[in-house]
Amino acid sequence: MKNVALTEAVYYMLLSLIKPMHGYGIMQNVEELSGGRVRLAAGTLYGAITTLLEKGWIESVDAEDASRKKEYQITSLGRTALLDEIERLRELYENGCRITQEDAQ
Amino acid sequence: MKKTVHKLFWIWDFEKEEKWLNEMAQQGWALSDVGFCRFEFEECKPGEYAVCLQMLENNPCNPESVKYIKFVEEMGAEHVGSWIRWVYFRKKTDDGPFELISDRAGRIKHLSTIIHFMLPLGLLNLGISSMNYSTLGAASLINGVLGGVLLWKAWELHAKREKIKAEQEFFE
Repeated sequence: MKNVALTEAVYYMLLSLIKPMHGYGIMQNVEELSGGRVRLAAGTLYGAITTLLEKGWIESVDAEDASRKKEYQITSLGRTALLDEIERLRELYENGCRITQEDAQ
Repeated sequence: MKKTVHKLFWIWDFEKEEKWLNEMAQQGWALSDVGFCRFEFEECKPGEYAVCLQMLENNPCNPESVKYIKFVEEMGAEHVGSWIRWVYFRKKTDDGPFELISDRAGRIKHLSTIIHFMLPLGLLNLGISSMNYSTLGAASLINGVLGGVLLWKAWELHAKREKIKAEQEFFE
């Protein structure tokens, strides 16, 4: 298996970080994207940001003003991981639709 | 108005402690400072705040902890205080429920942090108890009992962690 499934939280975080955002922005954006379903707790979000930075999937954006909240954005490595995941989700989704529809007929 | 309550919670009773602090907030008493078996409260509107506590992986003054606490503050919570490795936050409830950890992996990691804190303490107490048995006799049993309870409670937390791990195989 080339890559394992991303968690919902990581998937939506990567999707959010196509535009630079700070922690609070990510939380709000993920909640909005998922229609209020996915609410990231502060500690969980912190852990995910730390892991994504270590993996090199996101990077922090140099703030002009050091007192401002730190912003992050996706890297090309992160973008590849995200596109791979979308392909994997497409396979899951299409198989799911096809097999349940065949069964219904 | 302010008030101080002296109350003891053992390490393994952290969920009970969090529940009690939230009940206090429901009654109009928001946590404002913490210390050894000491909780300071200030008056608030009933239910205005929710409280969360967490055991940090390092001491509160460690740079990693400082970074973490700053991040949680940026997410809209207030850092109420820290005691040994425990950190306490409160947040206004008007923008939804307050949680520090919302994923299974995070909950497993938090339980591991607490278990790793308790195991050496338990073993240390058992060690002290057996070393002092010849000189102190029955008095050394205090350490022995404490050590035993620490290990037993750590095992209970371990069982809880295993249960979450089993769920994780199934659900994200």
